[in-house]
Amino acid sequence: MNGFEYIGKNIGKIDAMALATGQPLFTDDISFPNTLHIKILYSPHAHAIIEDIDTSEAEKIPRVKLILTYKNTPQVLHTTAGQGWPEPSPYDTCMFNKKVRYVGDRVAAVAAETEEIAYEALKHIKVNYKKLPAVFDPEEAMKEGAPVIHDEEGISGVYNPKRNIVSHIEVKAGDIEKGFEESDVVVEDTFEMQYAQHCPIEPHATITYLDEYGRLVIRTSTQVPFHVRRIVAQVLEIPVQNIRVIKPRIGGGFGVKQEIILEEISAFVTLKTHRPARLVYTREEEFVSSRTRHPMKVTVKIGAKKNGIFNAIKMYALSNNGAYGTHGLTVTSNTGSKTLPLYNKAPNIEFIADVAYTNLPVAGAYRGYGATQGYAALEQVVDEIAEKLGMGPAEIRKINHIKVGETSPIFKALGEGREGVTQYIQSEATDKLLELGTKEIGWYEKIRKPAKEATKVRGIGMALLMQGSGIPLIDMGAATIKLNEDGSFNVLYGGTDIGTGLDTVVAQIVSETLGVKPEQIIVYAADTDVTPFDKGAYASSGTFISGGAVYNAALKVREQILEVTKEIFGEFNTKDFILKDGFVISEKSGKKVSLSEIAYQTLYLKKQQQIMATSSFVSDSSPPPFAAHFIEIEVDKETGIITPIKYVAAVDCGVAINPELAKGQIIGSIVNGIGYALTEEYKFSQTGKLINSNFMEYRIPSSRDIPDIKTILVETYEPKGPYGAKSVAEININGPIPAIGNALYNALGIRIHKLPYTPEKVLEALKNKGA
Amino acid sequence: MKVHYKINGEEKEFDIQPGELLLDVLRRNNYTEIKGNCYLGTCGACAVLINEVAKATCTTLAAQVNNAEIITIKGIGTISEPHLLQKAFVEKGAVQCGFCTPGTIISAYALLKNNPDPTEEDIKRSIDGNLCRCTGYVQQIEAIKFAIKLLKGGK
Ligand code: FES
Ligand code: FES
Repeated sequence: MNGFEYIGKNIGKIDAMALATGQPLFTDDISFPNTLHIKILYSPHAHAIIEDIDTSEAEKIPRVKLILTYKNTPQVLHTTAGQGWPEPSPYDTCMFNKKVRYVGDRVAAVAAETEEIAYEALKHIKVNYKKLPAVFDPEEAMKEGAPVIHDEEGISGVYNPKRNIVSHIEVKAGDIEKGFEESDVVVEDTFEMQYAQHCPIEPHATITYLDEYGRLVIRTSTQVPFHVRRIVAQVLEIPVQNIRVIKPRIGGGFGVKQEIILEEISAFVTLKTHRPARLVYTREEEFVSSRTRHPMKVTVKIGAKKNGIFNAIKMYALSNNGAYGTHGLTVTSNTGSKTLPLYNKAPNIEFIADVAYTNLPVAGAYRGYGATQGYAALEQVVDEIAEKLGMGPAEIRKINHIKVGETSPIFKALGEGREGVTQYIQSEATDKLLELGTKEIGWYEKIRKPAKEATKVRGIGMALLMQGSGIPLIDMGAATIKLNEDGSFNVLYGGTDIGTGLDTVVAQIVSETLGVKPEQIIVYAADTDVTPFDKGAYASSGTFISGGAVYNAALKVREQILEVTKEIFGEFNTKDFILKDGFVISEKSGKKVSLSEIAYQTLYLKKQQQIMATSSFVSDSSPPPFAAHFIEIEVDKETGIITPIKYVAAVDCGVAINPELAKGQIIGSIVNGIGYALTEEYKFSQTGKLINSNFMEYRIPSSRDIPDIKTILVETYEPKGPYGAKSVAEININGPIPAIGNALYNALGIRIHKLPYTPEKVLEALKNKGA
Repeated sequence: MKVHYKINGEEKEFDIQPGELLLDVLRRNNYTEIKGNCYLGTCGACAVLINEVAKATCTTLAAQVNNAEIITIKGIGTISEPHLLQKAFVEKGAVQCGFCTPGTIISAYALLKNNPDPTEEDIKRSIDGNLCRCTGYVQQIEAIKFAIKLLKGGK
């Protein structure tokens, strides 16, 4: 279709058969003799100082090997956020802290011969806590006189620790007040998004051991192997060269495995005992003591001219980071930077945000990365102003969205912890997304006011979205490719496939560039001893950045092959040569040589060399993918239950290198987003303890909760991406909240301002409306 | 105490503690194809066939199913000789991280054993105890339908 042999084809995921037949691929699927099992003691208090810890009783228990507390571990302030160096997150935590800041904060760890013994030992650790007043609400936390959560010496990167403010962001363009004054219609609304968790079905798991030479090996379920190596070295104060991090297959991440929260403990146990160690989170620990989405309260105010063109947009976000500041600045920056440029017609823009500490679980990276919370509010306010103007939701979006060749001042003003980068949109097909999506959902037939008399009422809603592809001028990936005797290639790259199919996408990129079948590409990824560096799996960077690196390396290898072929053919214009089906062919003379022959020649006989190359990729822009989402819901007025009926996602991710895998990313995101919109929510006791830390009480969607989902890929060509590709993995989680919110309004004329949209809230909103 | 099982066609005997869960006993003995860690029967990743019925091993006592016949994902098909369900999952993009996959295929296998001609609703119900956070289920359902088609094709 597009003239490509392997790009745009549905190659089966290269690791899928091994996974579907249960090969031992995950972190905890292998075990070593003599392994120590680690269990962790957590704080029962939301805020307290550890006056003393007595581990002597626990140590007496037979087969307990080691107990760790703040007393016998390095006190190095760092961030657990696995971000590029220098991390834009504050250095506000130690491996074990003297002060605990939420129910579930780490107090001690036990390494023992079995898990049971480790659990038993935890019960015998005596901790004297001095309880402190706690604060759970971010607004309260920022007030004068609130308990100060981070009052320790030496923390850095916190905006105002005395007021519990992790970060404060202010970005302006034009004159916002004048912008509203000069608008004909102004609408403002506020939405509050809740605590929720990623729920990868594989929890965090780490195994550490010393290799034959006494070097530390960390086999871990991570999205960021290279950042793990760097941060473990930092925390344990050992050289990077003494550590090898291996990423096996990962059982889902969605952002939660972009944190270094197990590795340093397990590594420390191995270094102290010279024995293998294993630390695997339970489901409850995954909920309480890993990471969550940042709960946020977002206010959006839009002013528009009579013709519907936006004149001013103001967004205020208040983000709750919980007890530690990981990803606080960057997630919340993205709340503005990934949303506001979508409507670049407004000359007057203001984005202000505060990120607060509270005594609740720690928020971190989560698919969508702040944009989810931003769109939840923005896309509902866009509908509200459309109604005031008497315009259709699709119409108002059509005249306001960013187009090819255009830019937004926000790109430059708001980066990831530093100034951003000016960029112009080079690929976009938003009108087409809206057109195909409205058609597929049957928008214009269904938008007429639904029958209000029936108990079950249907409604439809839409949302328009963008994200980015990698972090410009920050994210870097690298790859090495080498040729073998049979014309196969090894690809060694640092990119981190956590279930997304990146390894397969990479194989397709190499196949296309070197003219060999994907079966002849052996992909080995993310082993810090073997592969080049890559920032890891986050910021929608896999295909774009890691794939870009692989593409660059393949181009270099291609050059080397052509150079050798010149001599074999006795022809000197490499422009005449093509690579196809494992051969180099001269289109001029018809001469042909196999890659296998070239490999034998160069490895053993003539022009001896290993044909191989290493290359890197860093981008000066972050090309946004775009998506238009549509949903039809049915609401039962008697029970308040919302049932999603049909979901349509029209998505522009550039050229989809593997459409079937792209579809999987889109649907997986949507269903995760539906869960966040309808059921998923942390519930806390009065004392800040999470009370629904299991799948019975924290409901994620099952196969019977999903609507009929239709994905439409609208192909554009992104000149900056490998073979025209942009990202696809995150953007689609941003749609369900605003689309369902807008559909609820269409169905019943109600807006619910506090997520999730539970039956109780629907009934309450109906009651208030009736009153 | 000792328990005997027939696992994937092989006779096995294990030493267990009374009260031990089948999941722990099997994983400890290298049946690591059985996943799961919720220990509440809520995620389905630890499912195997016990006497032909798909069951969560995390809520089953090892002693309670002494002498049972157990089939894990490896008993359904192997990497060199995969079952059509496994092939269909690969082909239809139903495997993302793959952590849920063994359990989900076990459930689908059990369904097709009893009902070779299930409706879409039957399919959804058969895997509704197998949580998947990656796929959003659509391609899993498509894969099961595709496998049914292949199986009917007489293979
Ligand atoms: S571990 Fe058995 S159902 Fe989750
Ligand atoms: S494929 Fe990852 S949980 Fe199902």
